[in-house]
Amino acid sequence: MNSKKQTLTAWLCLLPAIIFLGAFLVYPMIDVFIYSFEEGYNFASQSYFGIGGYNYSYVLHDPYFIQALKNTFIIVLITVPLSTGIALIISLALSSIDKLRELFQTIFFLPYVTNTLAVGLVFMILFQKTAYTDGMVNLLIRFFGGESVDFIDGPYSAKMFVMCFYTIWVVLPFKILILTSNLASVDPIYYKAAKIDATPKFRIFFKITLPMISPMVFYLVITGFIGAFKAYSDEVALFGTDLNAAGMNTIVGYIYDMLYGNSGGYPSYASAAAIILFAIVFTITIINLLVSEKTVYYQ
Amino acid sequence: MSSNTDGKTGSVPHVNSEYKLIEQRATAANVFGQIIRYLLLAFWALIVLFPFYWMILTSFKSYSSYNSEYVPKLFVTSPTFQNYVDAFTEVSLGRYLLNTFVFTVVTTAIMLVIVVLSAFAFSRLEFKGKNILFALFLSLMMIPNELVIITNYVTITNMNLRNSMPGLVLPSVISVFYIYLLKENFEQIPDELYKAAKVDGTSDMRYLWRVMIPIAKPTLITITILKVIECWNSYVWPRLITDDPNFFLVSNGIQEIRENGFGRENIPAMMAAVVAISVPLMVLFLVFRKKIMAGVARGGTKG
Repeated sequence: MNSKKQTLTAWLCLLPAIIFLGAFLVYPMIDVFIYSFEEGYNFASQSYFGIGGYNYSYVLHDPYFIQALKNTFIIVLITVPLSTGIALIISLALSSIDKLRELFQTIFFLPYVTNTLAVGLVFMILFQKTAYTDGMVNLLIRFFGGESVDFIDGPYSAKMFVMCFYTIWVVLPFKILILTSNLASVDPIYYKAAKIDATPKFRIFFKITLPMISPMVFYLVITGFIGAFKAYSDEVALFGTDLNAAGMNTIVGYIYDMLYGNSGGYPSYASAAAIILFAIVFTITIINLLVSEKTVYYQ
Repeated sequence: MSSNTDGKTGSVPHVNSEYKLIEQRATAANVFGQIIRYLLLAFWALIVLFPFYWMILTSFKSYSSYNSEYVPKLFVTSPTFQNYVDAFTEVSLGRYLLNTFVFTVVTTAIMLVIVVLSAFAFSRLEFKGKNILFALFLSLMMIPNELVIITNYVTITNMNLRNSMPGLVLPSVISVFYIYLLKENFEQIPDELYKAAKVDGTSDMRYLWRVMIPIAKPTLITITILKVIECWNSYVWPRLITDDPNFFLVSNGIQEIRENGFGRENIPAMMAAVVAISVPLMVLFLVFRKKIMAGVARGGTKG
C-alpha cells in the first residue's frame, strides 16, 4: 500500500517536469534531426521534396557557413586556453594576498551579473573609431605611440581581437570564482610538508597545486570549449545583428540566420547546421575526456 | 663568541649574519612578489571596472558635449539627467524592464516548483524505473539549446503564442541541471529525519515542505540566483519569437534601440539605457554578494 502510494506520488511529482522536458527538449531533438534530412523544406506549404543529405551538403558548401566555422574555431582556440590561464594566474595571486582580497573578488565578479548585450555595447563604443572621434582605446594606443585602429569596422584581425578580448572579459569571473574556491580547498598539509622540505615555490606549484586543482581546471576547459562553440550573443553585442556583413558570424549565428530568414526561414538548413554543431561539440568533448585520462589527477 | 681557529665554533658569528642576509633576501623577494601580485590584480580590476565607469560617466554627459569631444574626456563638466529622460521616453524602456521583470519572476517561480517536486521524487520516493528515468533526465542535459530552439520556435508559432508572455516563459522554464543539483542536496538529508517524521505520521508533502526545503535553502537560493541571472540576460529566445515591441525584453530591446532607435546617434542616451538595464542586477549583486558568489561556486563545482 505504502509503495503504491509512493509510486503514484512520485509520478505525479515528476509529471510537470516530464511534460515540459518532453515538449521542449525531447520532441525538438527528434524533430530537428528529422528536419535536417528533409530536403527542400518549405515552411509555408509544410512540404518537402525527399529524404536525403542535401541539406548537409548545402550547409557545408555555403561560404557563410565556412566563414562562421572558421570564426568560431578561432574564438574557441584563442579564448579557452587564454581565459583559463589568466583565471589561474589571477586566482593564484588572489589566494596569496589577504588585504583587499574581498574587494578584488567582488570587482572581478561584476561582469557575471551584468547583461552581456548591454556591456557589449559599451565595449563597442570604446573600441570604435568613427569620423568624429577615435574612441578611448585608440586614445590609449596613440598614447603609447601606436596607430589608431578601428576595431569594430576595420580589419578582420582587429575585430577578432576585440571579440576574443570581450569573450575573455565575460567568462573570467566564473572561472576565477571556481578556481579560487578550489584553491582554498586544497589541504594545507601538503603545503606544510613541502615547506619542511624547503621546496622551491616553482616545484610546489607544478607538483602539488596544479595536480590538486587539475580536475577543476579540466572541468573549466571542457565547459569552456562547449560554451565557446556556442558563441553568439557576445558577437551581436559588439557587431550588431548583421554578422555576415561584418564577417564575424559564428556557427550559432548561422543557425539563427537560417531560421529567422526572410521567407519564414529555412528550418532544414538550420537543423542540418545545428546537428553539425552538436557533432563537433560532442567530438571535442570526447577528445577532452580522453586527454584527461592521462593528465588529470584524481584523489 | 670568541673567534677560534676551530672551524665549527669560529663560524657561528658568520652564520648569524649569513642567516640575517638570507632572511633579508627572502623578505625582499616576498615583498617584491606581493607587489607584483597586487599590481596584477589592480590591473585587471581596472580593466573590469573601466567599462562600467565609462558607461555611467557617459550617461550623464549631455548630447552636445559628448559629440564635441574629439578626445573623450574622463570626467563630466556639466552633468545632466536628460539622457535618462530620453531613454525612457523615446523608447518604452520602462516597458522592457517591466516585461523582463515579469518574465524573470514567473519563469523562476514555475521552475522552482517543478525542480523541487522532481528532486523530491528522485531523492526521497521509491518507485519502479526510478534509476532509468533519472539516467534519461541526465542524458537530456547534453542536448544543446541551439538545437531545440528551432522546433520550439515552430511549436510556439503554431500555438499562436508568439509575442506573448506564455510563449516567452514556457520553453525557458525547465533545466535538468537544477533538478540534478537539488536532488544531490536532498539526498544529503539523513534518512533518520524522514523516519522520525514518518513515525509522527507526517505525510510526504508535509515533510517536503516543513523539513526538506528549509534544510536545502542554500541550494535553493543558488538555483534561484542562477536562474534570475539567466532570465535577465535572455536574448536569443525573446529575439526569435517577439517582434512586437510591447513584448520585448531588456536584451532584445537594447538591440532594437541600437539598430533602429536613437542608438545610432545618441550615444549618451544609449548609455543611460544600458545603465538602467544593468542597475537592477547590480544592486541585487551588491546586496546579496556573498550568497551569490557562494552559490555560483557551489553550483559550478557540482556541475
